[in-house]
Amino acid sequence: MSLYASGNQTVGPYLHIGLDWLTTRDIAARGAKGERVAIEGRLLDGEGVGVSDGLVEIWQANSHGKYAHPEDQQKKPLERGFRGFGRIPTDDQGAFRFTTVKPGRVPGPGATLQAPHLVVAVFMRGMLKHLATRIYFPDEPSNAEDPLLKLVPPARRATLIAKHKAKAVLEWNIVLQGKNETVFFDF
Amino acid sequence: MNKRAATKRGELPRYRSFHPGTQPEYSYPPYASTQKRCPTQPLVVAPQTLSELTGPVFGYGDIKPTDNDLTRQHRGEPIGERIVVSGRVLDENGKAVPHTLVEVWQANSSGRYPHRTDQHDAPLDPNFSGAGRTMTDAEGRYRFVSIRPGEYPWRNHYNAWRPAHIHFSLFGPAFLTRMVTQMYFPGDPLLEYDPMYNSIADQKARARLISVFDWENTVPEWALAYRFDIVLRGRDATPMER
Ligand SMILES: [Fe+2]
Repeated sequence: MSLYASGNQTVGPYLHIGLDWLTTRDIAARGAKGERVAIEGRLLDGEGVGVSDGLVEIWQANSHGKYAHPEDQQKKPLERGFRGFGRIPTDDQGAFRFTTVKPGRVPGPGATLQAPHLVVAVFMRGMLKHLATRIYFPDEPSNAEDPLLKLVPPARRATLIAKHKAKAVLEWNIVLQGKNETVFFDF
Repeated sequence: MNKRAATKRGELPRYRSFHPGTQPEYSYPPYASTQKRCPTQPLVVAPQTLSELTGPVFGYGDIKPTDNDLTRQHRGEPIGERIVVSGRVLDENGKAVPHTLVEVWQANSSGRYPHRTDQHDAPLDPNFSGAGRTMTDAEGRYRFVSIRPGEYPWRNHYNAWRPAHIHFSLFGPAFLTRMVTQMYFPGDPLLEYDPMYNSIADQKARARLISVFDWENTVPEWALAYRFDIVLRGRDATPMER
């Protein structure tokens, strides 16, 4: 049998009614191992205005580089209570903030290894289908050999790499349009 | 999980790309808000890695068994026409998507959301919050009880009204199967004027967002029923399976 996937539609302005119950701002709450980090930023539209009716979802491996998912068959430890999922609505200024641990490296295509990264889905009113992007970490030598970063035009790679803001705090913004427009992926 | 599919690293079967015309574009001028929110640079085409072929796993412990009945969340019953909404979640290969989280939200019967930014001059219903969730069963089936949502105006263009709809959010087995959509009702005269519905170019794909009146699941003297099946992205066969 062969069907076509259903069409996506926007979350609309009242997304919070259906989605707030699963808001998760602390991805590594229960004593997960790894380097703790807060990531904060803003979701900005084409006029540089914060998007107040948006939402980001995060998916990540634990600090060992293992996804809490049956298809990850690597012989690396899972951690009880570490799901690897975050859901963070933006506030009135379009800002979001979450805490987690820096993930370990996971395999990429062929024999490659990916640099530590978080996978991000972006939803908002005015967007008919969510966007996919990634957050990479600063001062991470493996960024240079990351198979996905290599596909991104060099001038735009910085949009995917968080910046130091304070001790254990990184800044990463989602810029929807214009100069410094964030790189989004088509998988 | 398909064990055979995951035996060797790097050989996980990939998800197929969307069929042309079945998904909205990011820029769709008739839906005015897309214009300042759509990327202007082309998306970077990337290989599907373990990061995208996996995704969050939810279980029955994440929800309450009563979360699928939107009419029983308050002391009294909501005003409106009681409905049963059910269906199956499948992938593009026609296989059931079992034990996956389904979230819904909707306006009350007068077309109003209990949300601080909803200023529509229509009454709130103290007995209706409009949110629910459930897990699909082993065959990919889900079922909600609710009330029929009202149409409501919005400011996209002069005299703009949304057709009656229920928002659906689904995860499926991977980051790549994540989907948010809307379910519409058969025969709604507002559909032809609705930019969101019409943002899907392919007429057949668009029509699949309209639920079907579901006589078999009506409950005599209690509720009418609508059927809404949802198809998530499916995977190519592995080389071994071909
Ligand atoms: Fe809505």
